[in-house]
Amino acid sequence: MAGSDYDVAVVGGGLVGVATAWGLAREGCRVVVLDEGDRAVRASRGNFALVWVQSKGLGLAPYAGWTVRSSNAWLGFAETLKEETGLDVCFQRPGGFHLALSERELEARANILKRLHNQPGIVDYKTEILDHAQVAKMLPDIGPEVVGASYCPLDGHVNSLRLFRALHTAIHARGVTYLPSHRVETIAREGREFRLMTAQGEIRANRVALAAGNANMRLAPMVGLLAPMKPERGQIVVTERLRPFLRHPVVTVRQTDEGTVMIGDSKEESTDPAGLTLGISATEAGRAVRQFPLLANVNVVRTWSAIRVMTQDGFPIYDESESHPGAFTVCCHSGVTLAANHALTIAPMIARGALDRSLVAPFSARRFHVQEAG
Amino acid sequence: MFKRLVEQSAPVAITVDGKSVSARAGDTVAAAMLAAGIDHCRTTPVTGAARAPYCLMGVCFDCLVTVDGVGSRQGCLVPVRQGMTVETQQGKREAGR
Repeated sequence: MAGSDYDVAVVGGGLVGVATAWGLAREGCRVVVLDEGDRAVRASRGNFALVWVQSKGLGLAPYAGWTVRSSNAWLGFAETLKEETGLDVCFQRPGGFHLALSERELEARANILKRLHNQPGIVDYKTEILDHAQVAKMLPDIGPEVVGASYCPLDGHVNSLRLFRALHTAIHARGVTYLPSHRVETIAREGREFRLMTAQGEIRANRVALAAGNANMRLAPMVGLLAPMKPERGQIVVTERLRPFLRHPVVTVRQTDEGTVMIGDSKEESTDPAGLTLGISATEAGRAVRQFPLLANVNVVRTWSAIRVMTQDGFPIYDESESHPGAFTVCCHSGVTLAANHALTIAPMIARGALDRSLVAPFSARRFHVQEAG
Repeated sequence: MFKRLVEQSAPVAITVDGKSVSARAGDTVAAAMLAAGIDHCRTTPVTGAARAPYCLMGVCFDCLVTVDGVGSRQGCLVPVRQGMTVETQQGKREAGR
C-alpha cells in the first residue's frame, strides 16, 4: 500500500494492544495491530484474571484512582464486548479477599492499607480488615488457620482467555488489520509518518501506540520514549473442575466460571518463560490448602509459568513523545484490570492525538528521570 | 453387553450408587461396572454428557468415579475390594469429596 496505510499502528497484540486497538477502531480510526507469532512470550495467555483494586496505589496515589475508574467501567465494557461478539467474558465483582494465615500477616496487611490510605489525594476504596468469623460468613470453607483478611468490595475477576478472544473477535469485526508474525524491528519517522520495519515488510502509519509489554523497553527509545521494565515470573496451579464453592476471588485462589480453581501469585526474578520451579508450585498449593482445606484431595490438572509485564516501579506508563509527535506508550502490569481504561479512556486520547494530562500525567515515564521529573 | 470369559475367581461384593454389584477378585472398578451392565460411570462437568470407561488403561480419564467417598478416582486403576462403595460422578466433582 502507498502513503499512510493506517491512522494508528498498535505494536503488540496482547490484552493491552487489542483493548487499545478496539477503542481506536470504535473512534473510527484505521488501525493495524502488529503482533509476534505463536511463540511470543505472552502474559495475556498466562495471567490470573483478577480485576483487582485492593492494595493498588501504594507509592503512587493516582494509580488507586485509575484502577477504581477501570473497575467501575468494567461492567459496561464487558456488556459492550458481549453485544459486539456474543462472547460472555464472565466479569463478576463480588468483592475480593486477601487472606492472612497468621497474626503477623494480618498486621502487615493492615499496615500496608493504612499507609496506602494515608497518602494525600488517595481515593477511598473501602477496604476493611476482617477477623476469622467475619470472613467465614462470606467464605464458609476457610480453614482454622485463617486469622482474618482484608476485603475490598470493588475486587472482581473475569475469564481472561475469553476476554482475549472477545477482543480479537471484536477488532476483527471492526475491520482492524491484525498482522501476526510481524515483530517490529525498528521504528523510524519520515515526515509525518511512522515506518515500522518487520521481517515481513514495512508498515506505515500516522501514529504509533507501543503496547508490546516488556518489549516496550526496546521499542520506546526508537521514538524518543522511555519504558524501563523489570519482568518477573509467576506460576499458576490449576485444579480439575469442581462444583462452585468459592463465591469471592481471593488474591491467590479463585474459582473460574467453568469450575476450575486457579492458585497463583508467586513472584520470581526469572525471565525464562519455559521453566517451572516445583518448590514454588508446592508452596502455592500448600498455602491454598491451609486457606481452603477442602482442596487437599483435589487433583491438579495443569501448572504453568508466565512472565509478568512489569515496569520498574510497578506502575503503568502512559506517555506521548515530544521528539516524535504521534508516538504513544501504553504499558502496564495489569492488562486485565485496566482493559476497560485502555479501551474506553486511553484509546480515545490517542485517537484525538494527545493524552489528557489531567488524567494520566502521573503515569509519564518522566518519573524515572531525576532531572526531568516535575 | 459384556460377558465374562471365565468366572473362576472369588466373588467380591461392592455397591454402585447404593445397589449391590457382584464383582470378581482381580476386577477393576471399571471392569466390574461394565460386567454388571452399568452403561455409564459419570457425566461430564460442562455439558453433562454420559461417559463410560473407554481406554481401561489409565489414560483417558473417562472412567472417573467416587470410590469410598473420594471423587475423581480412575475406575480402571482401582481394584475392587469387599464392601467398597462406588458412586457414579455427576458433573463437576464436589471439593472435599
